[in-house]
Amino acid sequence: MSSLTIRELHKSYGAVEVLKGINLEAATGEFIALVGPSGCGKSTLLAMIAGLEATLKGEIYIGDRLVNSVAPKDRDIAMVFQSYALYPTMTVRENMLFGMEARGVPRDERDAAIERVSKLLQITELLKRKPGQLSGGQRQRVAMGRALVRDPALFLFDEPLSNLDAKLRVEMRTEIKKLHNRIGKTTIYVTHDQVEAMTLASRIAVMHQGSVQQFADPDTVYNRPANMFVAGFMGSPSMNFISAEVVADKGQPAVTFPVSRDRMATLALANGVASRAKPGRVMLGIRPEHLSRAVPGTSRPGTATMSAPVEVVEPTGAETMAVLRVGESEIVGRFTPDEAPKMGEDMPLAVDMTRACLFDPTTTQLI
Amino acid sequence: MSSSVAVTDQVFDAEAAVARRRWVVARVAIYGLLTLFALIYIAPLIVVILNSFRDLPEINHNGLIAWPQSFSLDYWVQAWDSYCVGGTCAGVKGNFFNSLEMTIPATIISTALGAINGYILSKWKFRGSDILFGCILLGVFVPGQLSLMPWAFLLGKIHLTNSVYGLILIHCVQGLSFTTLFCRNFYVNIPDDLIKAARIDGAGFWRIFWKVIVPISPPILIVTVIWQFTGIWNEFLFGVIFTSGQQQPITAALVALGTGGLSVHAYNVASAAVLIGAIPPLLVYFLGGKYFVRGLTQGAIK
Repeated sequence: MSSLTIRELHKSYGAVEVLKGINLEAATGEFIALVGPSGCGKSTLLAMIAGLEATLKGEIYIGDRLVNSVAPKDRDIAMVFQSYALYPTMTVRENMLFGMEARGVPRDERDAAIERVSKLLQITELLKRKPGQLSGGQRQRVAMGRALVRDPALFLFDEPLSNLDAKLRVEMRTEIKKLHNRIGKTTIYVTHDQVEAMTLASRIAVMHQGSVQQFADPDTVYNRPANMFVAGFMGSPSMNFISAEVVADKGQPAVTFPVSRDRMATLALANGVASRAKPGRVMLGIRPEHLSRAVPGTSRPGTATMSAPVEVVEPTGAETMAVLRVGESEIVGRFTPDEAPKMGEDMPLAVDMTRACLFDPTTTQLI
Repeated sequence: MSSSVAVTDQVFDAEAAVARRRWVVARVAIYGLLTLFALIYIAPLIVVILNSFRDLPEINHNGLIAWPQSFSLDYWVQAWDSYCVGGTCAGVKGNFFNSLEMTIPATIISTALGAINGYILSKWKFRGSDILFGCILLGVFVPGQLSLMPWAFLLGKIHLTNSVYGLILIHCVQGLSFTTLFCRNFYVNIPDDLIKAARIDGAGFWRIFWKVIVPISPPILIVTVIWQFTGIWNEFLFGVIFTSGQQQPITAALVALGTGGLSVHAYNVASAAVLIGAIPPLLVYFLGGKYFVRGLTQGAIK
């Protein structure tokens, strides 16, 4: 059973079309992340699910009920806002009570809900404080608490971690994951941070320019991105794209591209990709971590070798990033400190071609 | 570090001494000038206060601006209770209560309506709401005199001439532009997410207003109340034109007192009456003045 279904959803502000036919569904208990750059329409989509924006074209079902014209309060949803939106004049307890009072929940049920949720989120000692007396992380908890006391069918999160500092953000991310594992509520989570989407979601909808580019589980989104936008957006540093040509090299399909003016690199394609590639121009996509230092005399199956000059080396401690020049473009490699190159070195590279992606240069779609 | 500071302290620094002397001279000049202007500003008030205790022959003999030779509270009592204004000898107390009866309801109603208007125009925008706000704003710039004739016509039609209720109506309507402007500009800075959160929580228009908006509003409501109270209390044009005699607010009565047909001008009683008329707005300002400044300068709630 699915607890959220969206069909052919459109939204325009005047002449600007911000959502262009969105189709999504979330199974009960699923954690769906809507991810994309700012202006992609993800927050508008969430506001429409919440009922804060009118739905004129398309259908939104919560459970099996069409909610297009249902008021936000009657949609059986709870929402956590980026700004937390805690009522500043009310204590934490009153903040959590507000929704239940508005709905006429009996007093003993209200008290029980507050006790249950404040224990769950460890905010019992904060109940008498006002939002102004709380730290960012505490406000975040209270905002979640206010959503949790209602026990709704659907949880909506609108970039809930983006106002926290980096360390707290990672902590709260883990907390949200734990919380979801424990209560198992269907959750729609908007974020611009692809790491949050990857770590939290059971499925990710990558959005760009008002449409869903890909809707799949994190592994598929990362390893088999539907198009070059998804490939470039998910992952940091992002996937390297090299304009190349598919040729037959000793009877084997391979990609070839210039490394410098007088040198070409030819990489044999791995089995899966080879069968789909047709001769002609393609965009070769290689993630930074699929480059490693080639050891002469050894060769692993599915790995092709080439070499490229190193322009910049950026050690980060656990790993070292290096920028290498390939023809007109630069590519980034992610290496262990042991195998890291030196500046100016012409580095021998082993490319894991089993993980490489090929894209159609005109449609940008995955081949 | 500390030792080097100690060393330089002991050395006489001619330049620093000159700078110090110049600083003292500048301070003296600034405070001297400020004191002088403060005295000029407060002088009329002091003259009025002193005259309210002096007897009439002394004022006529020594002039209005002179140190009191006599002292009596009689003139305050007369001004309040028995002095003849426009043929009725009951002092200004009736007019004082007229002013209260007019100012308090008009202040409360216009502030409440302004708060609701501001709430709607900032948080429940509808097609054309910005244009409507622009139209309401026009009222801030239209001088009151311009609406005298329409008001005369309207009050005549609804039989509210020469009545405190007519003045309440006028001040509610005339004040709405200001109260709406104040409240709307304050509420615009309240994050919309608060309203959205409350809507999802199940609260409607009025519950959000009472439980979320009003509790954050004291800074702007105090500003609006002070503004409206002093403005309506001190207003005199509508009072003079639409009411007469016992129905007049105190500002209008003071004018009648000043321009009465009596040959002898009772400066002492007039002074006391003026001061009685000035007490309520001053009181409101003393009680709420610090909130007034704070409310005007405070932008958003973080």
